[in-house]
Amino acid sequence: MASRKGSQQSRGDGDKYSVLLPTYNERENLPLIVWLLVKYFGESGYEYEIIVIDDGSPDGTLEVAEQLQKIYGEDKILLRPRAKKLGLGTAYIHGIKHARGNYVFIMDADLSHHPKFIPEFIKKQREGGYDLVSGTRYRGDGGVYGWDLRRKLISRGANYVTQVLLRPGASDLTGSFRLYKKEVLESLVERCVSKGYVFQMEMIVRARQLNYTIGEVPISFVDRVYGESKLGGNEIVSFLKGLLTLFATT
Amino acid sequence: MTKLLEWVFGVSVIGAAWALMTFDLLNLRLPVAYKEVAWPMPVYLLVVFGCYSLATVGYRVATFNDCEEASKELQDQIKEAKEDLRKKGLKM
Repeated sequence: MASRKGSQQSRGDGDKYSVLLPTYNERENLPLIVWLLVKYFGESGYEYEIIVIDDGSPDGTLEVAEQLQKIYGEDKILLRPRAKKLGLGTAYIHGIKHARGNYVFIMDADLSHHPKFIPEFIKKQREGGYDLVSGTRYRGDGGVYGWDLRRKLISRGANYVTQVLLRPGASDLTGSFRLYKKEVLESLVERCVSKGYVFQMEMIVRARQLNYTIGEVPISFVDRVYGESKLGGNEIVSFLKGLLTLFATT
Repeated sequence: MTKLLEWVFGVSVIGAAWALMTFDLLNLRLPVAYKEVAWPMPVYLLVVFGCYSLATVGYRVATFNDCEEASKELQDQIKEAKEDLRKKGLKM
């Protein structure tokens, strides 16, 4: 492996990675996630750009994004805002429209996903030429911080039911830290119709249907929303409905 | 074939084999032992599957990695990032 003289040495190998960051009320977290992305991409030498897709956040996320653009440059931070909260699938479509990378990362902007795994995703993708690489919390050193027993039980239980019914060939279907070849992401997003957790599941299921290859990288997921029960009865019901729909239609 | 259809197909095949054995539908005159074993099989298999599922999920919950260091590292990096961004002119 060639030694790196400095943190800005470019690999110049022609690959460029676009990072899609859909945001809604992430005024506090956006600068932090961007700083981490710049740090890890910078150290690795890969070409990248960060595309912030803000859905009209009332807390001024877009304004912070504009400041970040001034700090890091318009070639590194691209803004693709939308007027209101319109959903993840369309955010991806909107984001990739002007993306200049041939690979696309999708991840959460709330610091639950850590950019330190990005070089591992890229390494894995190159190892196997995978069409998509999925971050998994359920294998290897993957894991979660901040979940109580109830949350872990629901997570593993739901994942088990999903594995039995769909046999998807990937260990973590609801995860949203992934690397896609750009054309693969484009072709999958236009086929997927679900919302929320199920959308990410459907992406993997459709990928299998289309015979795309899937690699996995263990990741740590740091849940910082303490005290708020993000997983109530409603979410569980809509998850099950979505799962059964996928079961019956794919 | 959708997963649902795969299941329906699989269950039908197994169901047919079971009915064949238990009710001697083809008049094969199998030994009584075959019937006695086949008859409770569906319930037995469901129970086995149920136990396996509970054990698997239980094991997976028990061994679910708790990323303590990841959280600590993140806290440290947040401090570092805030400081650096402040220097670069970010107004939070």
